[in-house]
Amino acid sequence: MIVAERKTIEEIKQYILPYKNILLTGCGACVTVCFSGGEKEVGILASQLRLLCKKENREINIIEQTVKRQCEKEFTMELENNLKKVDAVICLACGAGSQFIAKYFPTKPVFPGVNTKFLGGTDEPGLWMENCLLCGDCILDKTGGICPIARCSKSLLNGPCGGSQNGKCEIDKDIDCAWQLIYDRMKLLGREQELETIQPIKDWSKSRDGGPRKIVREDLKL
Amino acid sequence: MKSNSNLEKLLETGKFVVTGELGPPKSADGETVRKKAQILKGFIDAVNITDNQTAIVRMSSIAAAVIVQEVGIEPVIQVVTRDRNRIAIQSDILGAAALGLKNVLCLTGDHQKFGNHPQSKNVFDIDGIQLIQMLKNMRDEKKFQCGEEIRNGKKEPIVEPKLFLGAAENPFADPLDFRVVRLAKKVSAGADFIQTQPVFDFERFEKWMDMVREKGLHKMTSILAGVMPVKSVKALQYMKNNVPGMSIPDELINRLEKATDPKEERIKICVETIEKLKKTEGIRGVHIMAIEWEEIVPEIVKRAGLIH
Repeated sequence: MIVAERKTIEEIKQYILPYKNILLTGCGACVTVCFSGGEKEVGILASQLRLLCKKENREINIIEQTVKRQCEKEFTMELENNLKKVDAVICLACGAGSQFIAKYFPTKPVFPGVNTKFLGGTDEPGLWMENCLLCGDCILDKTGGICPIARCSKSLLNGPCGGSQNGKCEIDKDIDCAWQLIYDRMKLLGREQELETIQPIKDWSKSRDGGPRKIVREDLKL
Repeated sequence: MKSNSNLEKLLETGKFVVTGELGPPKSADGETVRKKAQILKGFIDAVNITDNQTAIVRMSSIAAAVIVQEVGIEPVIQVVTRDRNRIAIQSDILGAAALGLKNVLCLTGDHQKFGNHPQSKNVFDIDGIQLIQMLKNMRDEKKFQCGEEIRNGKKEPIVEPKLFLGAAENPFADPLDFRVVRLAKKVSAGADFIQTQPVFDFERFEKWMDMVREKGLHKMTSILAGVMPVKSVKALQYMKNNVPGMSIPDELINRLEKATDPKEERIKICVETIEKLKKTEGIRGVHIMAIEWEEIVPEIVKRAGLIH
């Protein structure tokens, strides 16, 4: 899933200063699962903002609405009625969700209520880890199912750098060395010899370096 | 001869070589480079010019190498993949070769987190092993990484960079078994010589060398072992506790703490290490890393009997 983290109340407060009527939107997909921008978080932020404005004797009307997925037009359009009633939107969906609002409602200012952090998963309650850098050319077949592009601090393709010690990364003792994990797993699978092959220079044009990406599926087009 | 560099020639003759290290200044002061080079001149066979080591902005390796060359020592330029993509690296290599620089040490580079611009974006378009391979292809296949020939136009001559390629290896990092695999990859990528991280833990180094010899890697590349004169016990303790991938035995720290003449003891340890390395099968020279303590190098070289 896409893992996001809510922005601070101070930052969000700055966004809404010029406005009285605000729509606070949430998304029922990834940000709900990672507790940063679902219906519950929309409710919490709305209460925080109302309290804050009351303290400062400022008038504010907040409408809350969470849709199933903000990265699909049909669900984003469900915001239309409420959007007519407000001056601006605070969006707790990921960066894609915010941009869908900007795209389909070009006259409404939209502000991000979260920082979209990474593609990863829940390792344990309250702990999310990055797993994939969306490089567009998956090599997990060669690395025992552990991604060095996302999980090695230097995105090395040919083994651990000289800073790997006791299974940890040189940049932080709390970060596992991805190459130690890869080596251990490949050994467990009896495939460690495959790591002796030099991985060639990567084609980054399949990643963001090739420009913003799109996928077209003719079979699904209407 | 691949590059005709002096370092290549000396290794070819079988001489036990000595390389040193010179860190360019954190300023535009070329005089500092000249002064440091003057200290080392005549005592070492070649000198590595670091490339923004520990991710701290310094004078460029190639620029400082040209100054060093003017003083009369052969430089080994260092190239890290942290700051440059394949376009910039190949461009720099063409320029370096045009300036008469022949030796290149290929590195991935320290993460920018350790430097003075931790908020910078890193590049890592390629890794250190792929860098060796790319430069080897420029030299041997006379082609850029994209496959185009190294010539200005169809009717123009091919003018490839003639390089002597090196890589670093850390016998003290983990996983130990994989360190030798990684060395083998560097050798097959085209590393003509290897410089290791400084040897403090001889036991671990021997373990690594056993594995190196078992694979016959010492016969396929020239391994120069790293030696580091330390300026103080504190510096050694700092490295032990804070520099990942370093192995420093407690006995060494104890010995330095007990020494009545600490400076003498520090030199002695260095000289002893070199003596041991000279006797180690498969070691073709030493790489003395006396960063910001260049003035100690002549004495170490003399006492270790490395002047021929």
